[in-house]
Amino acid sequence: MSGKQQKFWSDFFINGTLLIIVIIWTIPTVGVLVSSFRTRFDIGTSGWWAILPHREWVLLDEIDPTGQDPDDSMTFEGITATFEEFRAGVETEDGLRIQWIGNKSLGKVQVQEKKWLMRTDFTLENYSNVLTGKRYEITMPDGSTSVQQGDDFTGAFLNSLTVAIPATVIPILIAAFAAYGFAWMNFPGRKYLFTMVVALLVVPLQIALVPILKDYVALNLNGTYLSVWLAHTGFGLPLATYLLFNYISTLPRDILESAFIDGASHFTIFTRLILPLSVPALASFAIFQFLWVWNDYLVALIFIGSKPDVMVLTMRLAEIVGSRGSDWHLLTSGAFITMILPLAVFLGLQRFFVRGLLAGSVK
Amino acid sequence: MQATQEKEKNSIADWFISNVGRILISLFVPIVTFLVLWQGFIFLRDSEANKVLIAIVAIIWGVGGVGLLFFVSNWLIEKLSPDWVKRLQPFVFVGPAIAILFWYLAIPTIRTFWISLFDRTSLNFVWFQNYVDVFTDRLMLETFRNNLMWILFGATSAVVLGLIIAVLADRSKFENLAKSLIFLPMAISMVGAGVVWNFIYEVKDIADAQIGLLNAIVVAFGGQPQAWTALVQPWNNIFLIVIMVWLQTGYAMVIFSAAIKGISEEILEAARIDGATEFQVFVRIIIPSIQGTIITVSTTVIIFTLKIFDVVQVMTGGQFGTHVIATQFYRQYFTNRNFGFGSTIAIVLFIAVIPVMIYNLRQFREQEAF
Repeated sequence: MSGKQQKFWSDFFINGTLLIIVIIWTIPTVGVLVSSFRTRFDIGTSGWWAILPHREWVLLDEIDPTGQDPDDSMTFEGITATFEEFRAGVETEDGLRIQWIGNKSLGKVQVQEKKWLMRTDFTLENYSNVLTGKRYEITMPDGSTSVQQGDDFTGAFLNSLTVAIPATVIPILIAAFAAYGFAWMNFPGRKYLFTMVVALLVVPLQIALVPILKDYVALNLNGTYLSVWLAHTGFGLPLATYLLFNYISTLPRDILESAFIDGASHFTIFTRLILPLSVPALASFAIFQFLWVWNDYLVALIFIGSKPDVMVLTMRLAEIVGSRGSDWHLLTSGAFITMILPLAVFLGLQRFFVRGLLAGSVK
Repeated sequence: MQATQEKEKNSIADWFISNVGRILISLFVPIVTFLVLWQGFIFLRDSEANKVLIAIVAIIWGVGGVGLLFFVSNWLIEKLSPDWVKRLQPFVFVGPAIAILFWYLAIPTIRTFWISLFDRTSLNFVWFQNYVDVFTDRLMLETFRNNLMWILFGATSAVVLGLIIAVLADRSKFENLAKSLIFLPMAISMVGAGVVWNFIYEVKDIADAQIGLLNAIVVAFGGQPQAWTALVQPWNNIFLIVIMVWLQTGYAMVIFSAAIKGISEEILEAARIDGATEFQVFVRIIIPSIQGTIITVSTTVIIFTLKIFDVVQVMTGGQFGTHVIATQFYRQYFTNRNFGFGSTIAIVLFIAVIPVMIYNLRQFREQEAF
């Protein structure tokens, strides 16, 4: 085999394997995204891949089975079979299928024909239903209607934003000050305190939930934004301080010294010089923390509890999973609403995010 | 003689005042932070205003408030003499972080340990009875077994797959696209991932059309649809573990990818010219070169796996023998209200990460950045 040929086959093998892995990795999300735009009826009666051209049994004619005894063998369209066989569907020689729909006493018999078709009945209704906090009416294809309570994902989206933005900025600000203090200031206990920061890097937050919850109950803080901000600040601080310290302590000493000679105070140097210089590090941690807080479920579950006004997206979604786990039209659209912002942040700022991960693979 | 005494006296007084000052400042910042936040908090808790308005006010107040506090306390300090500024300013910078770390992580560790020594009501001191119970309870042993499965199958697969994909992607023209798509699940919440995979595992009656991908495939090959996450224990755990692999492989891949790019091209070329096969290059050169990264990624993924909660809570709620340490903690503490037992589980989780903590501290000492 010539070198060129060998190169072709190795490229083929590498790209082929990658393609398969990428397809496996992407299909779950694609399925949810596609389903979120399908009608409630379609989602319940066919897989999401039914939007692609496929052959499906379609109703051709309906027969009234009265007069036939379901406990004995029955004859429809010249075919004789038992109830169980009709229930599973019996195919005739000319390509039709006869199927019993429903139970023995209240059944219908359908004559079906196999046809090529695509189920492309798309809708935005799932989104409007899951976003609203009001009651809404749904109509099924058979004409029946029912009234349901909306899940208020709009409100939950706002709550998630209200939780996530301060819970990202506050720890970064506090950590940046601390990182500067550790890197460029001298004070007793500096080494021990920073050792503590390193030690706390891997402490599981479960250890803190119980005592903090007790404090919150005593302070009547439970179920408020503040409680969640502070909790996320506490749990995110070790990593934030550690990462920012690593960055800030490697900034060239000359810049600071010349600023000192010019008579600038620590505070001025920090706000005018260090913060602007640290933007890459701040940004990568910000993305990291934002995604973490936005996607968090445990901290919100414990400190927000079941206060509907403050509930964040993950809680709303988990609530539907728990109470209406087969309402896939709500679950898929709801899941996609929870994903949309992190996905946008992630795709837009991936470079920073990766940099943050590389610097902080300790947590 | 008298002068030196005077001086000594002065320095003691000085020392005393400066230390009291330091402590006061360290306390002052967080206390004022708290008071200001408190006022806004009252507004946000009791206000019935429009939701969007509340959101905006909350964000501005929360973010601005903390910035303002730093500014104000620094401004106060800078009113003092330069000597005092030098002594106290570090505590304006470091104090809030330290106070929060103590309140939220350091002290709670001790408090949780203390609670774990009491019975379910937190009234009777029972020494280490809870620890004995944790390691003998049948359900807890099952939980530990599950966590072991998560690490054995989940963490291992994520790391190995991540490494393989990183190596493959490194030699592909479509590297960036492939990496982005595999990395993408990292942006999805575990609750969202639970929904995504629940949809794949969805089971319908054999007579109906299968809407879950996995059962549709099984039925297409003539099999029976199954409720995968409730199936043959303990192997149903695998179907939950898959979700974690889906989420974490991208992380491992990205870190490995960066490490592989750091290997000198010359060494790789030299090996290839000497006739090494690609497999030999991988085993003999790539793996040893990125050994440190492999250890870091493995510990990170293992810690992540140990703390796994959302996936199990959303998918099965721990039913069908799928409990893990974190869901047991939640169940014991918040559902069963067994405070002592719940705290004990948290401490067990903490003990499990202590080796990593020690490793981190050692690494840190060796760096001698201080």
